[in-house]
Amino acid sequence: MPQITVNGRVVEAKQGETILSALDREGIRVPTLCHVKGLEPRGACRVCLVEVEGFRGLVPSCSYPVSDGMKIHTHSERALEARRTIVELLLADHPDDCLYCQKSYDCELRSLAESLGIHQRRFRNTSEPHKLDLSNSFIVRDEAKCILCGRCVAVCNSVVVNEVLNFGNRGAKAKIICDTDVPMGLSTCVMCGACVQACPVGALTEKKAMTKGRSNETRVVRTTCPYCGVGCQLNVQLNGEDLVRVTGVENAEPNRGSLCVKGRFGYDFPYAKDRLTTPLIRENGELRPASWDEALDLVASKLKQIIAESGPKAIGGVSCARSTNEDNYSMQKLFRAVLKSPNLDHCART
Amino acid sequence: MTNSFREFSKAKALLCIGTNMTEAHPVASYFVKQAVENGATLIVVDPRRHALADFAQIHAQIKVGSDIAFLNGLMRVLVEEDLYDKPYVSENCEGFEELKAKVMEMPLEEAAKISGVEVDLIQRIARTLATAKPAMACYTLGITEHTCGKNNVMSVANLQMLLGNVGVEFGGVNPLRGQNNVQGACDMGALPNVFPGYQRVTDPAVIQKFEKAWGVTGLPAEVGLTIPEIMDGLPTKQIRAFYIYGENLATTEPNISHVEKSLTAAEFIVCQDIFLNETTRFAHVVLPAAAWGEDEGTFTSSERRVNRVRKFKTPPGDAKPSWWIFKELAARFAQEWPSISGQELWDNEISVLAPALGGIKYARIEQDGLQWPCPNEEHPGTGFMHRGGKFSRGKGLFTAVSWTPPAEVADDEFPLVLSTGRRLFHYHTRTQTGRSGLDQVLSEELADISPADAQEHGVVDGQMIVLESRRGRVNIRARVSDRIPKGLVWASFHFLEGNANWLTNNVFDPTTKTAEYKACAVRIRKAS
Repeated sequence: MPQITVNGRVVEAKQGETILSALDREGIRVPTLCHVKGLEPRGACRVCLVEVEGFRGLVPSCSYPVSDGMKIHTHSERALEARRTIVELLLADHPDDCLYCQKSYDCELRSLAESLGIHQRRFRNTSEPHKLDLSNSFIVRDEAKCILCGRCVAVCNSVVVNEVLNFGNRGAKAKIICDTDVPMGLSTCVMCGACVQACPVGALTEKKAMTKGRSNETRVVRTTCPYCGVGCQLNVQLNGEDLVRVTGVENAEPNRGSLCVKGRFGYDFPYAKDRLTTPLIRENGELRPASWDEALDLVASKLKQIIAESGPKAIGGVSCARSTNEDNYSMQKLFRAVLKSPNLDHCART
Repeated sequence: MTNSFREFSKAKALLCIGTNMTEAHPVASYFVKQAVENGATLIVVDPRRHALADFAQIHAQIKVGSDIAFLNGLMRVLVEEDLYDKPYVSENCEGFEELKAKVMEMPLEEAAKISGVEVDLIQRIARTLATAKPAMACYTLGITEHTCGKNNVMSVANLQMLLGNVGVEFGGVNPLRGQNNVQGACDMGALPNVFPGYQRVTDPAVIQKFEKAWGVTGLPAEVGLTIPEIMDGLPTKQIRAFYIYGENLATTEPNISHVEKSLTAAEFIVCQDIFLNETTRFAHVVLPAAAWGEDEGTFTSSERRVNRVRKFKTPPGDAKPSWWIFKELAARFAQEWPSISGQELWDNEISVLAPALGGIKYARIEQDGLQWPCPNEEHPGTGFMHRGGKFSRGKGLFTAVSWTPPAEVADDEFPLVLSTGRRLFHYHTRTQTGRSGLDQVLSEELADISPADAQEHGVVDGQMIVLESRRGRVNIRARVSDRIPKGLVWASFHFLEGNANWLTNNVFDPTTKTAEYKACAVRIRKAS
């Protein structure tokens, strides 16, 4: 087991792991932009540079393996200065519109700049005007804000394996493209939104969240997806009772942050204007509003009458595979313990 | 599922049969694709060359409804070539001789003819499965929605036991469940034959246990009716009242015309739902329920994991949590139920009454959920079942089954086969996705047809066609796709108009009462 020293502290590392992985386990934070936990490191952004005694240059902690006796300084003046310059270079061609940006409060670039004490633009502003791609039903792209960290490419190809996003062009013309550089809405994108969740800046955002308020005003509730039987864990971000966005819960079983188009974007239905808001009773062929007491009394008396005339087996029921266990339990209890009818089923087999 | 989703991406081999995961369970498909990237062998068995087949080393494009012929063929090769897991079978299984006799009945040439998978491909798949071990077998409704659905399931289980793939990590028999809580609804005993925790309704000791727990006497001691039997009981008045909770039966059941007749004949229908839908047209009383996000509770996923569901908004108007509605009805029959929240229902009733859930309490599932069986509060939950080939019933039982064709096959009059299912952008009858902006991605039903059939009928991509079976007829837009083999039409049931269930055959597996949604005979012509 290699032993390393980090900022004067002795740390046990694992053979073959990267410096970042050892630091992470010890709770020592080094910033990253391109790194996606669990995937192969790419060493693209260089903001995780650290100083290692005896090494000529700084090393990227995300991709450099530990070796026994390494003496690492994560926040030496040399490391900080390098990070600062890298971030200043990234900011050079990044639009200054944080005030209007959806990612504003969640922006990792902004947060990094702040933590490095960057208060103004050092290099000439080379940012391009916004290049919005609004062609996708749920995802907005703004190439001007892209810092080419490649996280979206990594998750699209190696996590959800939908293989839509990639790097196109080279050098100063490098950019992220969909398929053969077609608008996202015309590409093979299946709108899982993994790229949006991975993007550290405002280059990829949710269309539906555009007018829902900023995230420092919101609260987050963890819950389980209402669609298929995988049981993905969701973080529902709310502004009051309004749903702002849904994201996958990182490191949670079973989905570990990933979602599909329905889980991530199919959340409006509880808010639909045509929700049932009152009991209804059919009268002369039409459904008319009724109070709970009136409706429940009617159901109870009709069921009692049928049980009295034809026995409990003249009642059948279908329970709901989309509702909670507690609701399903209650319905079968109603049928068995109260109505005494065995005829309860649900869509288990379809 | 005997095993867990977390095993998918690390699996050595996966056999995906009758499951279009990329559309119906997208997140599970990510893990399968990750496994392929990590070097796993993926075998896809499906009539359609769906997206997962693009990642597979082998895609066996079997004919609709031929699964048992194909699987028995695989097992014949394993037995004939001595490739099955002998020690596992002799130690952990029984019924091998019967299985062997059964799979030897049908020559491989015949299995090939029935399934449309050539002999050498059947042999190659069998040999691959024998070497790339263990393999996870995954299936969905492509296996179950047949008149031989139960036998299809048995056949998949037979194969996995023969390979020694049950009771091991990265193995197992893994049906992916369609709805968020269809596993939970089964676990809760919303089935005609079991109480919560799969305790038989015919077992006197079980009845006594529930009578004591619920403070009642005279619990029904017989197996009740399934959905199709209840529906058939409506016109005859055998069933006079029908309580439909959160199901849009008028669109989801096979042969919609037949369903509408049954529902029209009903004396009294109660619908408890969150929207008016096609089924509430037949309701006498409609009760407004709280939706997802409006109450506290739990869902149980395919991998038997009990996950928390939390409240983040108030129900609209007078809508109420469903448990509250059932409790209020019970009160009108002079029964006072004690629990007044999801947590009380779970912690004080469900987990007390169902032994496999005994160790699961709300306090333990604040973060990740727990997988049953979890018999006590120190138990960590169960990632994969039947560890070491130790089955719940003792030995794993091979159930030898013969292939039977679908109830309705293509003929001169209806020369094509219709198979149905779900598409990525919608969920069932769109009560949820249709109100969440997904209509803008897919706004109507489509019928996927092969280029060959399109050409034969002079149909081009995007053109309206008439799709017709013995039970009904729909006008629907054709999508010509080379992922569909000649002779097959594939459609879904998301929209009432053009819904495939106007056409599907209301015939059922004799045991499970699952309808044959996956196979019926149809014909197409250009719409005039």
